[in-house]
Amino acid sequence: MARSKPEPMQVVKQRRDATLNALVGGVPYIQFLDITFDRRGDELTGVLNFDDKLIGNPFLPAIHGGVTAAFLEVTAVISLSWSHLWPLIESGELSPEDIEAGNMPAFPKTIDLTVDYLRSGLPRDAYARAYISRAGRRYASVRVEAWQDNHDKLFAQASGHFLMPQLKTE
Amino acid sequence: MTDKTKIAAQFIQAIPHAKALGLQLTHIGHGEAEITMPYNEALIGDPKTGVIHGGAVSAMMDTCAGAAVMSHPAAPGGTATIDLRIDYMRAATPGQAITTKATCYHITRNVAFVRATATDEDTDRPVATASGAFTVEKR
Repeated sequence: MARSKPEPMQVVKQRRDATLNALVGGVPYIQFLDITFDRRGDELTGVLNFDDKLIGNPFLPAIHGGVTAAFLEVTAVISLSWSHLWPLIESGELSPEDIEAGNMPAFPKTIDLTVDYLRSGLPRDAYARAYISRAGRRYASVRVEAWQDNHDKLFAQASGHFLMPQLKTE
Repeated sequence: MTDKTKIAAQFIQAIPHAKALGLQLTHIGHGEAEITMPYNEALIGDPKTGVIHGGAVSAMMDTCAGAAVMSHPAAPGGTATIDLRIDYMRAATPGQAITTKATCYHITRNVAFVRATATDEDTDRPVATASGAFTVEKR
């Protein structure tokens, strides 16, 4: 049997980016913090775009610890949701139009999150990446790391548990 | 209000992110603090239901826990979070304010230990609880 021809690159990229934008753009709080996501294939990097309203200690100044926790949580939830939905996005079962129309599967729910503050967050952009330690049918365990100028010098890390939404197609 | 309470209240107002979240310090003193966050559509985490994002609750609990540490009689000055664990019990009811009560239940020369509980108008069922360790900064 002849192998099917690969899809044109632009079609693939457009589908993935549009789905990601619809997923992230629909959440007001993510817009409030101005968190965006860089995508390389299926790998996501969260970007916390710095703004003065993220400051927690105006004397240092430093990013608010709560903002750091929220950034890690948002990165974990979006990354987890993304990896959960990836097969549906690739198969075409879930389109960006579906998400924009509100036919979006529910996000994973945070059960708990433990944040380690390693150094103070400087008043500039921050980056985060989530590593899914285990994605079960009901529960998932995720580790998240955040850094600023130097990836080797994390300013915070977190580990959390999440309740997975049940996909209707199952 | 005592001087320390006044200073703490002003300090909260001086935190840009606390201002962005609309946090209001309603009680502080002797290692305890209470902060209210009014319902705000900009903080929604689930557009389908209008439920506030867990991250906003975390930010509020972190602020409240820090305020509790600073209000402790044995705390000389500022503080920073070392670690914070948050457990989410349920979604906060859309349209309702969320209130966090934090207690600094033990403090040493270097470390302060804090517990916090967040509720909405149904105060019998917590929305989230948190426990954390904070630094004790020398004046």
